[in-house]
Amino acid sequence: MRDIAIIAYAQSDCVADVGAVNEVELIMPLVQKVLADSGLKSVQNVDFTCSGSCDYQQGAAFAFVLGVDALGAVPPIKESHVEMDAAWALYEGWLKIQAGQAETALIYGFGKSSPGDLPIVLSKQLDPYYSAPLAPDSVSMAAMQARLMLEAGDITEEDMAQVVSHSRAMAKNNPHAQLKGDFSVEQLLAEPTYLSPLRKHDCCPVSDGASAIVMCTVEKAKELGKPYALIKGIDHRIESGHIGLRNLRESSSTKIAAEKAGVAKGKVEVAEIYTPFSHQEHLVKLALGLDDDCDINPSGGVLAGNLMMASGLSRIGEVAMRICNGEYKRGVAHITSGTCLQQNMVVVLEGAE
Amino acid sequence: MSPQQDKVLNQTFTSGYTYTRSTGPIVGRFLTELRQRKMVGIKGSDGKVIVPPVEYDPITAEELSEFVPVKDTGVVQTWSWVKHPRPKHLLQQPFAWALILMDGADTPMMHMVDAGSEESMATGMRVKVRWADEPKGFIDDMAYFVSESSSDEAKPLVKGEKLADIMDIECPTYLDYNFTAGNSTARFLTAIKEGKIVGQKCPKCSNVYVPPRGSCAACGIATTEDVECVDKATIESFTIVYIPIPGHAIKPPYIIANLVADGANISFIHLMSECVNEEIHIGQRVEAVWKPKAEWDYAMDNILYWRPIDEPDVPVELIGKINPSAKDNS
Repeated sequence: MRDIAIIAYAQSDCVADVGAVNEVELIMPLVQKVLADSGLKSVQNVDFTCSGSCDYQQGAAFAFVLGVDALGAVPPIKESHVEMDAAWALYEGWLKIQAGQAETALIYGFGKSSPGDLPIVLSKQLDPYYSAPLAPDSVSMAAMQARLMLEAGDITEEDMAQVVSHSRAMAKNNPHAQLKGDFSVEQLLAEPTYLSPLRKHDCCPVSDGASAIVMCTVEKAKELGKPYALIKGIDHRIESGHIGLRNLRESSSTKIAAEKAGVAKGKVEVAEIYTPFSHQEHLVKLALGLDDDCDINPSGGVLAGNLMMASGLSRIGEVAMRICNGEYKRGVAHITSGTCLQQNMVVVLEGAE
Repeated sequence: MSPQQDKVLNQTFTSGYTYTRSTGPIVGRFLTELRQRKMVGIKGSDGKVIVPPVEYDPITAEELSEFVPVKDTGVVQTWSWVKHPRPKHLLQQPFAWALILMDGADTPMMHMVDAGSEESMATGMRVKVRWADEPKGFIDDMAYFVSESSSDEAKPLVKGEKLADIMDIECPTYLDYNFTAGNSTARFLTAIKEGKIVGQKCPKCSNVYVPPRGSCAACGIATTEDVECVDKATIESFTIVYIPIPGHAIKPPYIIANLVADGANISFIHLMSECVNEEIHIGQRVEAVWKPKAEWDYAMDNILYWRPIDEPDVPVELIGKINPSAKDNS
């Protein structure tokens, strides 16, 4: 496996309702920014383009096809799409480059969740016989997981509030974050429960927005002369779709992905982890084997703004850019999908040698 | 970096599909039993009883087949409390979601508990299925769970003739949205409400899009300049539809055409009428037939259809490249 470089990343603001802005209008400024920042300038100079989105979010069929209108795809380009977070689009781009079929790849993800009732929309990803007809919303399912952990003594409500307090404090440095500020643990615990045992702040907000990345071979990165971060390892694993068959007090798929991606091969200085609910940070930290001195979610993470279908890609971008600017030498991005951390991806990133 | 915000046009709509799903023998058996107010699990390779039954072993992936009866009572393993039910929830009073380990099962299943109040819910509490009054072989034949001591019980099961085993189920699914048109679409729709066709021009290649989509798809840049077009157009392509589409208002045969409005370069799709279908051809000139002005709305169907006009054809190679309504095409 060869190392693959990430040379540009951009993300929109996370906003609760982006209003009249459509998918093309969401994507275009970001694609233009990463193409400019990478020095590739035009999508016509990119070998492979792949996006991640889900039509159920905005209820618009084939929104990802309309999204291509943002690129400048005439003459036609090599293009693909995953109905998943764009982190999996990045995985497809990584494979294309590994296979020698591309030197450069443009990856973007977008989501406009505001038109629908996202927690109910997400119930449609469950098994269609036993679960989906009951309309179990994603927040309720996460709340059951939280109670399991709380009652088993894995975590406390204080731990959960601490995660939120940290997220919002970190987000003060993130111009794109939706929720930020100074909130003490005591202040947060004084809030009433929203979906017991979760309080509103334990749940990520619903956000509209997009993000984009340019990745390429190391040779190409050197030729373009831009700072870059290297993908040293990447892996993703999935657990059963039947919630009763899973141990919700651990993230076994994250653990395997972390092993396969080689997280433990060096010190992890920074980790951006995709935990839409505060109690889940504990599970992912354990599964990744992170030390206490590892900086977690310097961007604020998804509790400060969650772009469904782009947040995963953003986790990779956030780590990569902090490596590019010299803040850290080695970091990990974690991406999740599905109910209660059902599917997980782990990406190990390092600075150029 | 955020594009300029014009008037937000939005409209609620429901998106749905009337799925019919084949159940296969395992899920089908479970649902058939539910209709009789009975529950079964399936034995996994490690001897554990999985409820509801799955088709393949979670460890070895082998096909499973050994059904095991389980009781309709069980224990709550974890739960969440829904203070404010969402419109799509099946219970509209505050209720719990719970993972419930049925008596005789080794894996929990997810369902709802109608406990009345959060204070009445607890991990470890004994619950029983509150069966639906009229079971039909669907997961909600278990309407919800109640405390084992509850007096909330279903009406007695009506013994009718023997029904066929469940092989497939109706699973219609509907989601409600509040769709917002994009900035450029909103500008287009605002203009068409006034009876004007206003496209947008690419600042790079100068192509005019009707309707505009916010970008020049060829150049990948925002279209910002509005260009008012004429309600005449040229047929770029067309098809004659003979097959009736369920729920469609128009009776076949009818013509759908790609039309390039005068002043635009990129085609849009609309209907043809007041014409002899067999005489329609590429390059033909047409004009819009509008609804009465009083009925104009933010909608493309302010134009009912397009009809042929007596003007010379546009040569194929010039369609979308010249404006036949312009005085000077040099």
